[in-house]
Amino acid sequence: MSITSGPSRDLDPVGAGSTGPRSGRGSRMLGRRAVLVSTASTVVFFAVIAGAIALAPGSRLVGERFFSWTHIERAAPEVAEAFLLNIRMFVTAEIFILVLGLLIAVTRGLPGPVFFPLRALAVVYTDIFRGVPLILVLYLIGFGVPGLGLQYFSSRSDVTYGIVALVLVYSAYVAEVYRAGIDSIHDSQISAARSLGLSRWQSLRFVVLPQAIRRVIPPLLNDFIGLQKDTALVSVLGSIEAARAAQIYGAEQFNYASYVVAAALFVIITIPLARFTDHLIERDRRRRAAGSVA
Amino acid sequence: MKQLVRTGIAVISVVLVLAACAEEDPAASAAGGSGSEEPSCDVSSPPLLEDGVLTVATDRPAYPPWFEGSPKNYSGFEGELASEIANRMNLDIKWVVEPFNKSYAPGDKDYDFDINQISITPEREQAVDFSDGYFNDNQGVLALQDSPIVDATTLADLKEARLGTQVGTTSLQFIDDVIQPSTDAKVYDTTNDVKSALESGQLDGLVTDVVTTVYLRDFEIDNSVVVGQYPTEEPFGMIFEQGNPLRLCVNQVLDEMKDDGSLQALQEEWLQDYLGVPTLTD
Repeated sequence: MSITSGPSRDLDPVGAGSTGPRSGRGSRMLGRRAVLVSTASTVVFFAVIAGAIALAPGSRLVGERFFSWTHIERAAPEVAEAFLLNIRMFVTAEIFILVLGLLIAVTRGLPGPVFFPLRALAVVYTDIFRGVPLILVLYLIGFGVPGLGLQYFSSRSDVTYGIVALVLVYSAYVAEVYRAGIDSIHDSQISAARSLGLSRWQSLRFVVLPQAIRRVIPPLLNDFIGLQKDTALVSVLGSIEAARAAQIYGAEQFNYASYVVAAALFVIITIPLARFTDHLIERDRRRRAAGSVA
Repeated sequence: MKQLVRTGIAVISVVLVLAACAEEDPAASAAGGSGSEEPSCDVSSPPLLEDGVLTVATDRPAYPPWFEGSPKNYSGFEGELASEIANRMNLDIKWVVEPFNKSYAPGDKDYDFDINQISITPEREQAVDFSDGYFNDNQGVLALQDSPIVDATTLADLKEARLGTQVGTTSLQFIDDVIQPSTDAKVYDTTNDVKSALESGQLDGLVTDVVTTVYLRDFEIDNSVVVGQYPTEEPFGMIFEQGNPLRLCVNQVLDEMKDDGSLQALQEEWLQDYLGVPTLTD
């Protein structure tokens, strides 16, 4: 967002009032030129790269092994079907992650000496699960828990274990994101809320969290996108998701085009989210700017 | 909005460029498809990566009885077969590591050939050149003694089982196309992971080549049984970069070894045990 329209905004930080409508049209024209320039530079940039790749001595072979249209078409249905499992996993996991992460962040902020054990637990939790590689957590949960031979917990499906591992690791990241948001709310707001007669819980619920969460939506989406891609790792536990389906196709046909299909699917689902994040950042910026003028 | 338009244009140009790349493709693959025709190989001066040395690749970890000992000096069936080939060509042998999934990557190879229990299939022959087959393997099914499929005698007995195998193997095709179980096969990165899943009760049966199942039963997995083998008779071949004439030298040596019985002797020495495994019927 800020790439094209950033400079003009910085020159006129207080308000558009003085320059009026002219600035609007001016920036639009500037924008149109910027579009042309950026299009031209994009085309040249990729043409140069494509040229370099096309002229490379092994380009025919690489093209055949990675971008063969026949293989892309043949791999697409299997990989796309497997991708549904990725979607199922990251949607389910994300719901638990958002709840658990918030719980941990709030626990970590509990005041008073009584809550020390809970606070300590929250700290240890984030330290451990942010530090341990996801793949190890997956193995521990996916092969360790069923190995324990417990009645209920040891007979779940590998996808369930995979989702649990994802939730454990990502809620640690997300808790830190929430915490950053909560810490960014000035103490005076809590004082004000308390002096209005709100309880500690009420001021958290109605004053701090609504603002904090709105501020951290972009980094939360960032972690969500990371989560989407990491669902591919759950395949180590046995289920066939998109990346694994691509690998299977690749090994059968000795061709990597299936990975290109999987990559395209991940990208296709990521791009709308990225644009949505941009939109949220922009909206928030506008809102706050409007607020400061008023 | 502007941003959207710009992104749109950028994406379109990328797609156009990719499309341009893809268009070149069919002609190119037509040109490259058919490998070398059969001129013979001059065994006295074979085309090698390194003079006087036969550089042979396999994956790591390498499993007995295919490989035993250290990469400096592998024995085992495939280890000794490669050494014997080097020997008969008057070459020293050097082992390098090549993960299975990389064995069909384009580009220069840092080995002369790869030997790693790789089944020869028509699809794969599109991408690499194989030597002649040096062993015909069957699929095997391994289970723990308390598994529901431990008494299976036919493929139909395996229909309800939760089966697992290593990714990229023909065992997966065997499960999907021949057994066709009601639950989808589970697929793991390595044989070790399949083993973990079997031991922790996530699977009823592990499917891989029968020689490996016998090895796992005897040395790796306590209380396990090889339920049976199915005669798929898949030939294993060594992988060469497409058009590498060394393949012809190796095939000549393999022919010699078949004729004088030394290939048979190696098979009997290392792969004997699987012979006692019962055969699963259709």
